[in-house]
Amino acid sequence: MSQPHSPVKLWRFHGGVHPPERKTIANTTAIRTLPLPKALYIPLRQHIGVSGDVCVQPGQQVLRGQALTEPGVYGGLPVHAPTSGIIGEVVEHPSNHPSQLPEPVLTLIPDGQHTSASLQPVADPFSLSGLELIQHLHDMGVAGLGGAGFPTAQKLSQARAINLIIINGVECEPYIVSDDRLMREHAKDIVRGVQLLQYILTEENQAPKAVIAIEDNKPEAIAAMEQAIAISHAPIQLQVIPTLYPSGGEKQLIEILTGKQVPARGYPADIGILMQNVGTAFAVAEAIDQGEPFTRRVVTLTGESFQQPGTAWVLLGTPIQHLLECAELQPDTPQRIIVGGPMMGYTIADPRTPIIKTSNCILAPTNKELPAAQNESPCIRCGACEQVCPAKLLPQQLLWMAKAQDHEGLNQHHLSDCIECGACAYVCPSEIPLVHYYRKAKAEIREEKIEQQKSEVARQRFEARQERLEREKQERLERHKKAAEARAKALAEREKLAEQQATATGAPACDDETDPIKAAVARAKAKRAQQQAEASSDSEDPQKAKVAAAVARAKAKRAQQQAEASSDSEDPQKAKVAAAVARAKAKRAQQQAETAAKASDASKEKDES
Amino acid sequence: MVWLIGLLTLAGLALLFGVILGFAAVRFKVEGDPLVDQLNEVLPQTQCGQCGYPGCRPYAEAIANGEEINKCPPGGEATIQKIADMTGRDPKPLDAAHGVEEVKTVAYIREDECIGCTKCIQACPVDAIIGATRQMHTVIADECTGCDLCVDPCPVDCIDMLPIEPNTSRWQWDLERIPVQTIDVSQAQPITLKNKQESS
Repeated sequence: MSQPHSPVKLWRFHGGVHPPERKTIANTTAIRTLPLPKALYIPLRQHIGVSGDVCVQPGQQVLRGQALTEPGVYGGLPVHAPTSGIIGEVVEHPSNHPSQLPEPVLTLIPDGQHTSASLQPVADPFSLSGLELIQHLHDMGVAGLGGAGFPTAQKLSQARAINLIIINGVECEPYIVSDDRLMREHAKDIVRGVQLLQYILTEENQAPKAVIAIEDNKPEAIAAMEQAIAISHAPIQLQVIPTLYPSGGEKQLIEILTGKQVPARGYPADIGILMQNVGTAFAVAEAIDQGEPFTRRVVTLTGESFQQPGTAWVLLGTPIQHLLECAELQPDTPQRIIVGGPMMGYTIADPRTPIIKTSNCILAPTNKELPAAQNESPCIRCGACEQVCPAKLLPQQLLWMAKAQDHEGLNQHHLSDCIECGACAYVCPSEIPLVHYYRKAKAEIREEKIEQQKSEVARQRFEARQERLEREKQERLERHKKAAEARAKALAEREKLAEQQATATGAPACDDETDPIKAAVARAKAKRAQQQAEASSDSEDPQKAKVAAAVARAKAKRAQQQAEASSDSEDPQKAKVAAAVARAKAKRAQQQAETAAKASDASKEKDES
Repeated sequence: MVWLIGLLTLAGLALLFGVILGFAAVRFKVEGDPLVDQLNEVLPQTQCGQCGYPGCRPYAEAIANGEEINKCPPGGEATIQKIADMTGRDPKPLDAAHGVEEVKTVAYIREDECIGCTKCIQACPVDAIIGATRQMHTVIADECTGCDLCVDPCPVDCIDMLPIEPNTSRWQWDLERIPVQTIDVSQAQPITLKNKQESS
């Protein structure tokens, strides 16, 4: 296709593939609005960062757009009610993550009215400072729709000296048409969003350049955007780029447009570039102009198993089951449900999984259409993977190392630069799921790092404790020494005094019978002897000890039962204490019995020998 | 005469090198054994004592002095491999007499049963338990190494060792463990669609 819109030079990143696009399944119909689901499951942690505190009560009536959580510390975003209804409990629900591990979600039962709370649009955004607008975007819960769901406000506030904003409308992955449809139908809002982003990132009256990049397989979207830009007279450039997967990757698109490479482990902001998805630009415009919190997104429902494929506005938290019903799934056997596209998506096992901010596509292919990878054969060293890797890595080298768990080698070969695009696995003639090995290896390396940090902390804490114990011991010794000295001194003084008295009175020093100290010592000795006798009789007779232990156990049990019985009616604290005491007694009795038994065994052996 | 020159030259060289080496031995003397520090770094620092030594560092010292390298159950095979690489010895399977490699756990105090005796606090090698006499104690889960040493001293047995809950950020991509379900949508009623466009 010719490129009438590319007045500037374009670069090409290394590798890339041309998988069948299959975009026409879903991009021919308008974005539709679905009926409300029976319940929404809104994950409290919908983004990178920690979840906020829930600020609504179960049973409370909420309106659409009302904040449900208060963002916590670093990286948090508030979550808003996507529709009006009644708040349910916070429950554990399968997460929209390849692991499907349960995570806390807030349930919301829609009342069907879809009543909005009073929205607070910004009347004249250009009279406010960029920082105030960023705060507003934060309050509206806007997150990046491109991939990781990074909070937009955080991304904008961390950006310094940006001279180029790239709006990513590439959507290079097969099947997915969410951005395509959004650009066709809401081009005006997207352009408005770009203008707002330009305003927010203006530094010293120097607004950054803005480029909207679209692949040349979306002529309708290109036309719509071109028209919207022309109407707005905004200084925004539209750049059409050739179709190649994965051109939509952040680092790849930057290389195509600028010829620059983002440094490894770095961010585009390091070279003065900020990238946002077209969906994010749309959300920014909605949040500022209409005060609309981020509660819905365009989701592509595609694949040949759907009778009614297309795109739809989906409320965040909608269970995927509802979407399957709405698009009239005719399940194949077995039917796979993929979140995301065929290259980078993941299969989910539980259809109750909710839609989150980053879910752009639900793909339900027939098994003929997209056969599941199964026949993994050994690597034949053909090198095809290296030819297509957009990050210029050596996929087969990485595969050997990942299999051998050679983490050091993986780091040396820059595994962390892998964008998990799946191009290598796509071309692999041996059908090796290469990306899966890399993801596993990445997780292992991350885990190892965490373990190392933890053990380092543990070592420091252990050493600090040893030091403290040593110091305390020294201090104790010092104290004892001082006390002993003081005692010796006092004794010496008393003796001296007594001597003086004795010499003064001439009487005998003291009388054995009447000296109270000696009497006390004698009494203590007698008591200790008696105790010893008792103890020895116990240990000599293990039978007795066992009986005693059993009695103690029985007592403990009874006490516990009593405690349990009385815990409701009587003082529960008292009962708990009694139970604890009883357990302690039982434990001690048992230990005594054991030691006694051992002692008797030993003595028996002695007798026999 | 020639042999005398040779002898003197060699003797002179020997003397010179002797002086240099002697000086280096004094000047660059290494305090302690650097191998011990390296070994200590790869040990898991649980300070659990399962190896029979009172902590990881004493065991590292013992290894440097020829002790077996397979006595650390929390470290497991990975640690044995690393120690083997460092010491140049052959890796061995974990010595079962000292325990087996288990899932990582953290201590958890059932707080309403705690009587506040402080015995677990004294036992904790990394000071990960906070509390005071006759006050409830609790474990700082992030600092707990899962060494098990607090369980035995507890007079009321209110400490459990719980396996660490997996979460999405530390998930290991073990897809095989996710149960495969058959999605049943046959009972679901197809819903007629309102094909209207969202106005915004």
